[in-house]
Amino acid sequence: MSSLSNRRPATVGRGVPGSAGRGRIVLLTAVGYLVAFVFVAPYLEMLLTALKPDRELTASPTTFLPKHWSFGNFVDVWKAAPIWTNMQVSLIVAAVSTLIALLVALPAAYYTARNRFWLRGPFLLLVLITQMFAPTALVIGIYREMVYLNLTDTLLALILVNAAFNLPFCVWILHGYFSSIPKALEEAAYIDGAGRFTALTRVTLPLSLPGLVTAVVYTFIGAWNEYVVALTITSSPNRQPLTVAVPGFVTSYQQHWQYLFATSLIAIVPVVILFIVIERYLIGGLTAGSVK
Amino acid sequence: MHDTIEARGAGARSPAPASARRRNSRILRALAPLPWIGPAIILIVAVVLWPVVEMVWTSLMRISSSGATLGFRGTGNYHDLFGETDLVSVLLRTVVWVVGVVVVTIVVSLAIGQLLNANFPGRRVVRWAVIVPWAASVLMTALTWKWMLNYYYGVVNKVLKGVGLIDHSVNWLSNPTQALIWMMWVAVFVSLPFTSFVILAGLQTVPQEVYEAARVDGAGRARTYFRITLPLLRPALLVAAIINVINVFNSFPIIYAMTGGGPGSKTDTSTTFMYKLAFSGTGDVGESAAMAVVNFALILILVLLYLRAVGWRGEAQP
Repeated sequence: MSSLSNRRPATVGRGVPGSAGRGRIVLLTAVGYLVAFVFVAPYLEMLLTALKPDRELTASPTTFLPKHWSFGNFVDVWKAAPIWTNMQVSLIVAAVSTLIALLVALPAAYYTARNRFWLRGPFLLLVLITQMFAPTALVIGIYREMVYLNLTDTLLALILVNAAFNLPFCVWILHGYFSSIPKALEEAAYIDGAGRFTALTRVTLPLSLPGLVTAVVYTFIGAWNEYVVALTITSSPNRQPLTVAVPGFVTSYQQHWQYLFATSLIAIVPVVILFIVIERYLIGGLTAGSVK
Repeated sequence: MHDTIEARGAGARSPAPASARRRNSRILRALAPLPWIGPAIILIVAVVLWPVVEMVWTSLMRISSSGATLGFRGTGNYHDLFGETDLVSVLLRTVVWVVGVVVVTIVVSLAIGQLLNANFPGRRVVRWAVIVPWAASVLMTALTWKWMLNYYYGVVNKVLKGVGLIDHSVNWLSNPTQALIWMMWVAVFVSLPFTSFVILAGLQTVPQEVYEAARVDGAGRARTYFRITLPLLRPALLVAAIINVINVFNSFPIIYAMTGGGPGSKTDTSTTFMYKLAFSGTGDVGESAAMAVVNFALILILVLLYLRAVGWRGEAQP
C-alpha cells in the first residue's frame, strides 16, 4: 500500500502545465541542485581534506582543492591506526545486532498482526513507548547494568544494546506491514496445500519486503553509527567501533585530519549507498511506521 | 488459529475431566503468544527497562569515583545536583537548544519536503543528496563542521571573508554564544533529512483531487497551502516534531565533538552535562544518575504527549 503511494507522484504531474510551467521547472531545478549542494558540501570538504598531504592541512592561505592530490592517504590510513580492527568491530556489532533484532521482531510482529489476545494491547504499548527511549538518555543506567553483569568492554554488550534499542522500531514497522497484508492471501495458500510456514515464507514475507528491508537498514545503520554507549562501555582500542576510534586521529598530540576524514568516508560511503538503495521504501516505511 | 490447534492437541493427549480440560486449554491459550512475543519482551525488559530502574536506583546511592556502591544516600545526589552553580544556565540552554533547533528544522523541512515532492528533472539526485547526512554518522558530520570552522584553516572563514561578511578570521568555537549557534546549525543540518522525508511522506498522502477542487474553487497558491496542505500535514508534523524533540534533546555527539561543552560548561546541554558529571575529572556517577533521571522525566513527558498526539487507544492499529 505504502509502496503504491510512493510511486504516485512520479506518474501524476503536480506542476502547472503550459508555458508558465517551464520557468517554474527551471527555477525548481536550480533550487533543487543548490539544496543538494548544501547537503553534500560538508562531505565534499571531508573528501578534499582527506586527499591533502599533511603539510597542506596547515598551509596558509587555506585552499579548497589539494595542490598535491594524495590518494595514498586512503592506503596509508590503514597503517596509521588499527582501523581494520575497529571496522571489524563496527561490522560485527551492526550485523549481529541487526540479525538478533530481526529474528526477535519478526515473530512478535507477525503474531500481533494476525491474532487478538490479552497481551496484545500491553505489548504494543510497550513497543510504542520504548521506541522513544534513546540509549543516550539511559547511558548511565546501561553503564551500571553492564558493570553489574561484568560485560563492560565487550562486544556482547554493544550487540545487546543495539539490538534491544532498535527492536521496538522493527516490531512496529513489521507489524504495520503484516497488518496491511490480507489474511485471505495466506488462507488461499493453505487451500493450495501450503503449510503455515510455507505460507509465511512464500506469501507474507515477500509481500512485506519493503518493511523488512527498511527495518534491516535502519537497525544496521543505527548500530553502525552508534557512539555514546560504545564510548562509555568500551575501553580497549581493539574493542572500539569506528565512531569511537576515529576522533583519536586528532588529539593534542597529533592532528591527522586527513586520516580522520579518510576513515570517516570509508565508514560513511557504504551506508549512504545502503540508505539510497532503500530510498523508495523509506517514504513508504515512514508512512506505515509513524505518520499513519 | 495457532492457539486452537495447540489447545485441541493438548486436550486430546490428556484425557481429563471436562472442567479441568477446559481450564488447561484456557491457560494454554493464554500462554500461546509467549513463544512469539516472549523473546521481544525479554530483550526489551532486560536491556531497555533494566537501565531505567538501574538509573533511578543509582541516583539514590552513594557511588565512589571507582564505581563501587557505598550505600543508600536518599536524595543527597539530587541535593548536589541542584546545588551545581551551572545547572540553571545548562537547563535554560537546553530549552533554547531544543526549541530553536526543532522549530528551525521544521520550518526549513516544510520547504524542502515541498521541493522533494515537486516534479523537476534530477529530483531523484536531490533526494539522494538530502539523505546523506541522515545516513552518515552524526559524530563524523560534527567533526567535519569542527574542521570547517577551524580558526586558521577552516573553509567557513575563507568563504565568509571571500564574500565580505567578515574582515578577519573568527575563532567561532571559542566564543560560547557563536559556538552554540553553529552547533545548533549542525543539529538542524542532521535533523533536516528525516524531517523533510516525513513531510514528503505526508505530502504524498494528500490526494491530488483536493488540489484540483481548490483550484476549481479559485483558491490561490498561498491560500491552498495554508488552508489545505498544512492542515492535512498535521499528523506528519506532530510526529516529526516530537521525534525531533527527543532526538535533539539527546543530541550528544555534536556538542561533545565540537566544544566538549566548554569553555567550562558554557555550551553544555543537560545531556552532555550529565555525561561530564559521571565521566570527567572526579566523576560522580550518583549525581550524574540524578541528572539522567531529571532528563528522563522530561523525555517521558514528551513521550506521553506523543502518545496523545498519535491517539493511542490500546487496540489502535498502526
